[in-house]
Amino acid sequence: MTSTDASNLYLPDMGTIQEVIEETANIKTFRITLNNPDAMRNFRFEPGQVGQLSVFGVGESTFVINSTPTRMDYLQFSVMRVGELTEKLHKLRPGDQVGVRAPLGNSFPYKEMRGKDIVFVGGGIGMAPLRTLLLYMLDNRDDYGKITLLYGARSPFDMAFSYELPDWLEREDMTTELTVDNGTPDWPHHVGLIPNVLKEMAPSAENAFAVTCGPPIMIKFTIEALHTLGFKDEQIITTLEKRMKCGVGICGRCNIGTKYVCKDGPVFTNKQLKELPNEL
Amino acid sequence: MLTARYIADDKLMPWLLSLAETRQVLAPVRQGGQTLFAPLDADSQLDLEGLADASAKAALLPRCETLLEFHYSKGEGVPSRTELEVRETLPDRDAFLFGARPCDAKGFTVFDRVYDGGSRRDIYYCTRRDKTIVAALACTDPADTCFCNRVGGGPGDTDGSDILFTPVEGGYVIEPVTERGEAFLAEQPLVEAEGRLEEARQVRKDVAESMPGGDPLGGAQGEVLRLFDDQEFWGGVAAKCLSCGACSYLCPTCYCFNMTDEINGDDGVRVRTWDNCMSFQFTLEGSGHNPRNGKAQRMRNRIGHKFSYYPELHDGNLACVGCGRCIVHCPVSMDVRAIVAQARDRALAKQEHAND
Ligand SMILES: Cc1cc2nc3c(=O)[nH]c(=O)nc-3n(C[C@H](O)[C@H](O)[C@H](O)COP(=O)(O)OP(=O)(O)OC[C@H]3O[C@@H](n4cnc5c(N)ncnc54)[C@H](O)[C@@H]3O)c2cc1C
Ligand code: SF4
Ligand code: SF4
Ligand code: FES
Repeated sequence: MTSTDASNLYLPDMGTIQEVIEETANIKTFRITLNNPDAMRNFRFEPGQVGQLSVFGVGESTFVINSTPTRMDYLQFSVMRVGELTEKLHKLRPGDQVGVRAPLGNSFPYKEMRGKDIVFVGGGIGMAPLRTLLLYMLDNRDDYGKITLLYGARSPFDMAFSYELPDWLEREDMTTELTVDNGTPDWPHHVGLIPNVLKEMAPSAENAFAVTCGPPIMIKFTIEALHTLGFKDEQIITTLEKRMKCGVGICGRCNIGTKYVCKDGPVFTNKQLKELPNEL
Repeated sequence: MLTARYIADDKLMPWLLSLAETRQVLAPVRQGGQTLFAPLDADSQLDLEGLADASAKAALLPRCETLLEFHYSKGEGVPSRTELEVRETLPDRDAFLFGARPCDAKGFTVFDRVYDGGSRRDIYYCTRRDKTIVAALACTDPADTCFCNRVGGGPGDTDGSDILFTPVEGGYVIEPVTERGEAFLAEQPLVEAEGRLEEARQVRKDVAESMPGGDPLGGAQGEVLRLFDDQEFWGGVAAKCLSCGACSYLCPTCYCFNMTDEINGDDGVRVRTWDNCMSFQFTLEGSGHNPRNGKAQRMRNRIGHKFSYYPELHDGNLACVGCGRCIVHCPVSMDVRAIVAQARDRALAKQEHAND
């Protein structure tokens, strides 16, 4: 039970973990429902928005809601274990309580992307924000042109969402390519760095958007590769990560000049990024 | 409008103490060699000389405040701790902030635009703001480090205050500024100021005129931003900075915060505490990457926020009220006025160079 005052920005809704999926050695996915049935029924978000998850006693951290608004049975968050809060989250089990402050931030420009070809390039945990947009587009398939996904991880064992990959690989209405830095003898897909595989795949930049997410170094070289393929900065979309606390533009932690990643982001086009002061 | 009131010097403390019976009265008092805003009681040594060492911001944004309380309990027949109760802890106390200087009070307007920004209302701050009467005390003896007049304020200004006290011969003239201030004063057993209002106005005028001039420091948004990539400039400015954070902790307009949980057994609290962008940890990310790795970048953010980003977002209003505390208390004597002036000169020089 929570005393709920809708106007308190910092009071999380209480949620229950319904399911925990072990994605990789250090990534777990949590499917969470809000305890208040009305809050759950009325919950609205757009692909790309994030939430603050609370483990009371440890604190809050920011994660992308990587389920899709077209399927509202639960809110899904995939969490890489890196520090104190994520460590504690990984110990939680179905039935355990967490706090959820969501949705926060802006979203992918999925309306402007209608009618375009979409190229997804995800690295590691960076696949999480792409998943929400990909599922949304697959659920509204007719609105979008060709859909291409390139997903890379360090090794086959580091691939999240492995239970969905066969479907994505088999579907006729999308093209999926997987790559790893280090393969295993039975790995049937690419071995090699994401930007190199992307250049080989050479998706067309015409009437297209590319969405990329992953470690900063991967994003940097992926954007270079996209440029060689003819993608313009306004056709390239990415999400930024900054250390966040309030999530609503007050605590002053996540600004780059006048922009606050928590409310003006996390989604930006590369054109917008270039207009920001150089402080990424 | 209610007419002004008057209180004699020797009646002030008894009146404040009588107020303190029903609400918290915060006032500048001597504590361990410093003058700080603290709850007033009969033993307090009120100090109304000059500016308090710390700003009055803690009256509305406490250094440390509890936002939520939570309690874990064992679920029925389930050995793991799954039941969880979370409760918000909103401020409920009326307060009277006495002796804030006009710059301190104006600092609250800087907060208001962020914490009371339409759809984004920080209920803790806003509740405290609603429950606190801000009574400013006009300055009669500005220090060398004061520069309110160069950042859009003045020693007798009323921005952010509900009531203004002006020292006159033998006591204070008390004028309402807001309706809230007026309603509050109407209930107080204070005498009418009668003919003393003119005297108060003259005091304020004389003090304002006595302050040294100097270029206004507003309107430097573009200049500061144009220097963003000027490593040499920011490196030079920040060279002696110790990253101690004194400047932001004492500043009446710095409002950044952190939120952390504390737990003891099954009970815990989520607290909000002041934070400080001059610290390395402020923006440190999981990968070890830090977008503001060096003190030059952090200094650039502090100055940039006050004189460029904030004014850009808030109709040209600066996030500096010219109290000068950061100048007085910086262990290596950084002078924010000089930094902004240098930034402007440098940007203009560059511009001219580019135009040649
Ligand atoms: C918009 C956004 C979306 C995100 N989405 C996801 C997601 O879907 N899945 C996921 O696993 N992670 C995501 N993250 C990163 C996640 O928020 C951090 O990994 C997490 O907060 C670390 O918490 P911790 O308590 O375990 O780490 P801590 O113990 O607090 O710290 C460990 C290290 O992480 C750093 N750190 C703390 N918070 C953050 C932060 N918010 N961003 C970067 N570094 C941080 C610390 O400086 C420290 O070096 C996202 C971050 C942002 C800003
Ligand atoms: S920046 Fe310095 S002078 Fe300006 S309001 Fe803050 S402490 Fe006062
Ligand atoms: S008070 Fe001075 S030394 Fe300390 S962080 Fe501020 S500028 Fe640097
Ligand atoms: S997280 Fe607080 S301002 Fe962005």
